Amino acid sequence: MTNVAANLPKIVRVIPRNRNIEALLLLFAIGINAFELSQVQLSILEVLNPEIFLYLLPPAFLAVILHGIMRLRASEADPMILPIALVLNGLGIAEIYRLDLGTLANGGTEVFGVKQVIWTVIAMAVAAAVIIYVPSHLFLRRYVYVSMFIGVGLLLAPMLPFIGLNINGAQLWIGVAGFTFQPGELAKIALTVFFAGYLVTRRESLAIVGRKIFGLRIPRARELGPIVTIWAASLVVLVLERDLGTSLLYFGLFIVLVYTATGRAIYVVVGLTMFITGALVASRFMGYVGGRFDSWLNPFTQANYDANGGSYQLVQGIFGMAHGGLMGTGLGGGIPHLVPLAESDFIIASLGEELGLVGMFAILVLYLLLVSRGIRIGFNHPDDFSKLLATGLSFVIALQTFIVIGGVTRVVPLTGLTTPLLAAGGSSLLANWIIIGVLLRISDSIGGGNRTVNL
Amino acid sequence: MKRELKRVSIVIFIMFLSLFVASTGIQVIGADTYSADQRNVRSIYDSYKTQRGAILVDGQPIAQSVKSDDVYRYTRRYDSPMYSAITGFFSIYQGSTGLESAMNSYLTGQNSSQFFEQISALLSGNPVTGGAVELTINPKVQKAAWDALGDKAGAVVALDPKTGNILAMVSKPAWDANLLSVHDGQTSNANYNKLLAAKSAPLLNRAYTELYAPGSVFKIVVSTAAIDSGKYQPDSRFPNPAKLTLPGTTTYIQNSGEGRCGSATTVSIADALRLSCNIPFAQLGVAIGQNTIADQAAKFGFGKTVKFPMTSTASIYPSNMDDAQTALSSFGQYDVRVTPLQMAMVSAAVANGGQLMKPNLVEAVYSSNLSILNQPSPEVFSQAMSADTAAKVRDMMIGAVARGVSGNGAIPGVSVAGKTGTAQNGKGEPYTLWFTGFAPANNPQVAVAVVIANGGGMGQSGRGNSLAAPVAQKVMRAVLGK
Repeated sequence: MTNVAANLPKIVRVIPRNRNIEALLLLFAIGINAFELSQVQLSILEVLNPEIFLYLLPPAFLAVILHGIMRLRASEADPMILPIALVLNGLGIAEIYRLDLGTLANGGTEVFGVKQVIWTVIAMAVAAAVIIYVPSHLFLRRYVYVSMFIGVGLLLAPMLPFIGLNINGAQLWIGVAGFTFQPGELAKIALTVFFAGYLVTRRESLAIVGRKIFGLRIPRARELGPIVTIWAASLVVLVLERDLGTSLLYFGLFIVLVYTATGRAIYVVVGLTMFITGALVASRFMGYVGGRFDSWLNPFTQANYDANGGSYQLVQGIFGMAHGGLMGTGLGGGIPHLVPLAESDFIIASLGEELGLVGMFAILVLYLLLVSRGIRIGFNHPDDFSKLLATGLSFVIALQTFIVIGGVTRVVPLTGLTTPLLAAGGSSLLANWIIIGVLLRISDSIGGGNRTVNL
Repeated sequence: MKRELKRVSIVIFIMFLSLFVASTGIQVIGADTYSADQRNVRSIYDSYKTQRGAILVDGQPIAQSVKSDDVYRYTRRYDSPMYSAITGFFSIYQGSTGLESAMNSYLTGQNSSQFFEQISALLSGNPVTGGAVELTINPKVQKAAWDALGDKAGAVVALDPKTGNILAMVSKPAWDANLLSVHDGQTSNANYNKLLAAKSAPLLNRAYTELYAPGSVFKIVVSTAAIDSGKYQPDSRFPNPAKLTLPGTTTYIQNSGEGRCGSATTVSIADALRLSCNIPFAQLGVAIGQNTIADQAAKFGFGKTVKFPMTSTASIYPSNMDDAQTALSSFGQYDVRVTPLQMAMVSAAVANGGQLMKPNLVEAVYSSNLSILNQPSPEVFSQAMSADTAAKVRDMMIGAVARGVSGNGAIPGVSVAGKTGTAQNGKGEPYTLWFTGFAPANNPQVAVAVVIANGGGMGQSGRGNSLAAPVAQKVMRAVLGK
């Protein structure tokens, strides 16, 4: 008697192991967010009320939908990215809601919480659309030069007359019909796509270097062309938009991608030297940038503290974080509203005050984990374009986090960027969730031995 | 690309590492410094959320937070203006000064030593309670200083020379800190502006932040410098003219009696100090040189701020003087400027065998459950001179009180060492009157400095011995119980 079973074709079933892990982590993330929101209510209102669900459920619901979509369309996508993004976004919402309650208790009216929830829903929906409608990582490669035009266009938009807006000294916004938007946030995605696509085609020639001078291999003059172009563009951004952070973000991104693509450290040396020189010269001639430098180096001097656009905000943020100390005051226990823009640019100071150094470390570790998941895609993906794209997008998150939190903690001068996923602001949420979507999409196509499992 | 990606990962890791380090620097290492910053109003808000700790003298509160019916829940209540130079004020609108500011982290319960209380508060949900600060002040001595100064503008600082503990610290005119701790902003601001505008300048702290010309009390510093150098003894003699033309100038100086210092043709350093003559000290100062005096002054604490825990103004001995200026500075004129705290430290160093103890105002800090959070132990500030020099300078100061022009510091039955000063402040300006000294001379229990500003209301006719010495005498008697 023959074994019937042995003659049947083997049933091949995909076990969505990553998705099961993700489901578990998502439950955990939603639980943490629920805990944060209830702590806020108990601390400030001293009673729980159903308003909690308004802030908890929409992002949670969207996360579950994203999870479902991935089960169908991207079952091998990285399991940690979505839960980490959700937990950060939820923490931001909880802190913004907490600040709103404080504002209302003090007789204020300007609240950001509901807006933040709406933008989160929109942003997560767009991330879902990315996963569904961007069929493969290679799809984006078709639009490399379109991305360049979109990126440059978005970058320059705030300088246009009528719609360009100057807020707090930086020309980073556009305003249409009462809505403000920071197009630079979206530009970083388009530019990453462009850089990745461009470098994949040019990496061979960029990697060829010319003569050796003083032990350094100097690139041929014509290969320096693109670097000079991007350098000039970022200086234009610095001069016209008056923001060091934005300028540093794009230039840093480009340098890292050039280095990753070519393996030539000389580009990093040349690029950084050029950028630092440019920034120093600019700070010498532009009072605004120079003032920010001075506020960074000597924030506690009374003159800088009192100056218009001086170090008041920075110093108050530091006071807030110091107030939180090691353990923090607990959500709702601090006085974060003493810092201007506590809900957006300085949300990390608000969180540092209320969650303490312990919470600060937890947030930094979450970002580090998120970025490392992205870099991991860069390590494992077989396709060079995808490697560069994943590396670039992850590095953008890392660098932006560094510039913002570093600005608040005085590692670097303060700039007008926002903390990814945490800070109040629609453009930032939208851009970062698109990045999450793209990273998830690319991570699904890594392939390798673990794609299917024979049963 | 793997090698490059590894390096990029390292760069990212370093970026985050710097954030970990920077936030630790702010939230743990620098936290106490930042919370003490005057511009940081958080601790003020906090203090209204928790009960701020009391400031105690001999177990009795001189400043405490009592329950109030408004949103702030507690209001700060001060016992008496007698302590205004110590406590400073604590105000919602004007921030805080004095001890209220210097000990703020303890008073609000936010000091790192109160970590376990913070944890238990975190777990129990109760607010942190502030620590209570017990002072080294002796209330009897404080009261004696307060009464003795009367309505004259000036200050008294009394130290225990063996420990550096501050026994009394008074500045007059004083003010009522309750005027500024009121919760109503308009009242508080109006009161503050009134105090600021007052001609008597009550908000100036004359005990440790205001600087005065020391006049003859500075001769103690010059004598110490000369004797400690080993080149001079108390009986070293100098020419004794009635007038001395300053080197390199045509102006001359005189002794305060406008005659010679005793009848002999030469005069000893001891006699010059006893009779407080300017001409011998001018010669002595030029002979030992400004660098020797400057080094000695620095050992006494000149040029340094002292945290006790409030921060004093640094006293000044000028540098780069020519010989004429050195001569003037040797009897405490020209640009020499001191705080009363500094002069009390000078006497305390002589009293304590040359060893200067760091001034200290805090006896102990107690947590809300009365366990001791912090108990400063006596610290040596410097060895200002050898024990031998200290004994010689002490004997000279005993002579000044017993047989000299500082006689109003004398206490019957007690050997007192002391020195008066009457400093000129320019043409027509009222004098600054001084006494500094210690008692009993052979086993000192108190070193004191008294300054009376604006000539004690007597223009240029008051003298250190007539106005300042009696105040110091009463303060010393209060310490000795005589």
